[in-house]
Amino acid sequence: MKKFRFSRKQLVIPYAVFLVLFVLLPLLLIIYYAFTNSEGHLSFVNFIQFFRDRTKLNTLAISIVIGALNTILCLLIGYPIAYLLANKKYNSNKVIVMLFVMPMWINFVLRTAATRDLLSAIGIKGGTMPYIAVMIGMVYNYLPFVILPLYTTMLKMDKSVIEAASDLGAKPYQVFIKTIIPMSMPGVISAATMVFMPTMSSFVISDILGERKIQLLGNLIDLNFNHSLWNNGSTIALIMLIIIGISMLLTKNVKKEPTSRGGGIW
Amino acid sequence: MEKEKIIQLIDVSKKYDDTLVVENFNLYINKGEFVTFLGPSGCGKTTTLRMIAGFEMPTSGKILLNNQDITHLPPHKRPINTVFQRYALFPHLDVYDNIAFGLKLKKVPHEKKKNKMRHLTSAEIDEKVTNALKIVDLEEFENRDISTLSGGQQQRVAIARAIVNEPEILLLDEPLGALDLKMRKDMQFELKEMHKKLGITFIYVTHDQEEALTMSDTIVVMNDGMIQQIGTPSDIYNEPANAFVADFIGESNIYTGTIISENKVRFLNHTFECVDKFEKNEKVDVVVRPEDIKLIRKDRGMVKGTLISKVFKGVHYEYVMMIGKNEVVIQSTHDYAINKEMGIIIEPDLIHIMHKEFTCNVYEGYINKNNQVCFANGEFDCDVTQLYPHSRLDEDGYLIDEKGQSHDLVDVDVKVQVEFNDIEITDNAEDGVVEGDIIQILYKGDHYQVIIRTEDEDDFVVDTEYTYNENDHVGIKIAKEKIKLTLKSEGNKHEKV
Repeated sequence: MKKFRFSRKQLVIPYAVFLVLFVLLPLLLIIYYAFTNSEGHLSFVNFIQFFRDRTKLNTLAISIVIGALNTILCLLIGYPIAYLLANKKYNSNKVIVMLFVMPMWINFVLRTAATRDLLSAIGIKGGTMPYIAVMIGMVYNYLPFVILPLYTTMLKMDKSVIEAASDLGAKPYQVFIKTIIPMSMPGVISAATMVFMPTMSSFVISDILGERKIQLLGNLIDLNFNHSLWNNGSTIALIMLIIIGISMLLTKNVKKEPTSRGGGIW
Repeated sequence: MEKEKIIQLIDVSKKYDDTLVVENFNLYINKGEFVTFLGPSGCGKTTTLRMIAGFEMPTSGKILLNNQDITHLPPHKRPINTVFQRYALFPHLDVYDNIAFGLKLKKVPHEKKKNKMRHLTSAEIDEKVTNALKIVDLEEFENRDISTLSGGQQQRVAIARAIVNEPEILLLDEPLGALDLKMRKDMQFELKEMHKKLGITFIYVTHDQEEALTMSDTIVVMNDGMIQQIGTPSDIYNEPANAFVADFIGESNIYTGTIISENKVRFLNHTFECVDKFEKNEKVDVVVRPEDIKLIRKDRGMVKGTLISKVFKGVHYEYVMMIGKNEVVIQSTHDYAINKEMGIIIEPDLIHIMHKEFTCNVYEGYINKNNQVCFANGEFDCDVTQLYPHSRLDEDGYLIDEKGQSHDLVDVDVKVQVEFNDIEITDNAEDGVVEGDIIQILYKGDHYQVIIRTEDEDDFVVDTEYTYNENDHVGIKIAKEKIKLTLKSEGNKHEKV
């Protein structure tokens, strides 16, 4: 009998098992359910239903708008913060960075409920202004996901390149537009991907802060699965997956830097 | 014709926190010159360059460009461009756009409309970029991505990006540091050619003495934030101003010598003829280059010694000869057997004599209540009775002078003198009275001269036979009887009635 010898290749086994069990299998299940009807026969009825249903299409549109708006708002707020944090002139210790990340450590549901109470205390009630309340909650929740990747990209940015730009005659605002923004693009992209998709599929924030007045794709999937409508739920999940795929393809062209592997920390 | 001064640095100093990085820097550079700032790392050469570029503002002093004060002008308003140490190319732009970066921002006076400025047209930019690419020999590379270029090519792009703007001064911050030896030699030659062709003033920073000697019109040797010597390469090599310059530029034998009489200096246990005129009996530093010492049969030499080692260096052999306790490094193209007694001859004009930079450690201190002397942030035991002739201490620690008068010495200001070889270095920093880092080491034939700097920037010059490394953290001890004290002024006598 051949003696078993441990080699480096065998280290892949746990990961492969994990991958099959928790990524591949669920994905296949989603595809299976999406393309079958309730009797288990192959059909496109779920897709036809989805694209014919105006409320569902409405939900899709609202999800995309809220997702995009949240991404833009987070970037607008997070970018300057990350820039200041990464600049030694303004911030010489990492504690302040931790402070921005710390809200993430508190339980998500608890945090959102607290946000609701705080907002209603200052007069922004989910019942009367659901969109404002949800947007505030979204931005608050996803801001750390924007700050962190941007912060790491900006930390890695070569300061001498910025000096070179001003040496070559760029005024401070030109330095910012022509070098700092393009060079932080990988961070912007990974920040955007980390905010856009999760926003669309989140349902806790819209439930709690919007007092069920706003429905996102996440709420829809939640609703379907809770009523054992596996086929409908899977179809929506698959549609979201396709949107992720498309947005990834779109950003791939911008992210062509072969030297740096994006700016994400995950 | 009087040469035009393009840039002047007047009393420029730069402090980071409390450390002086550049100290009272005074320099002018003529138009079209190739000037090199040469010195070991941390000597302030890059900081000086960055102040000229505008990335750093001097703590004090002025920088004039064409007699205009530019001290506080931001970098983008200075007609000066920089080639950075690690190229600093824009990773998101290709070769063409990297080079065109400055041109696209540039504004020139409008030909037709008066008082109006316009951007360069794309045809003009195209012409200039193509021209710059030709100068750096990268014609085909216009559309290449920066990350696909080798180090040498990236360097060329960086140079093209700077010269395309036709700056008045081109600053180069160790631009060849990251290249391999062969490439470095080629680029040295090319940069020199470029300098001739473009007529731009080049200010070059390097720690490589050979690079400095081959390329420059003028070399500024720096150490510890201060200019040590300014001169042409041959001046610097042949007439070093002090032992540091001699040691840093090329190889040298450095000894302590004594002037016997005019044109006679004694070192290596022999009295040599020399050409420099110094005061009789002065202790001096004597520098002799290894290639300036001639090996000869022992009965014909001025001094004789034993060859103890031989290393083949390609063009020549490098020998080490022991003369008494001193080591002499000699370069010769002839092959001699080692462990043989031989003689040496040194021509009078090849002996370089210079004043000693330091002859003794001098500090200002005061006496504390334990009759210790405090200086350099340390409390040293000392013999206070030397302050007054024939004095003694009573039981309470008061000093009784020869007339029987007693003195309270607490807080009396004193001048402290300690000879170099009276200071003891302890490997374990905590064992010393004060601690410091070794910032400079010079080998002087039979001993090392080490400079130890404490945190508060007090320097101790120490002669030692032991080998230390730069940046070693060591302690300093001084024997009680080796500390020489003198009262700083008569008015400071505190008398107890």
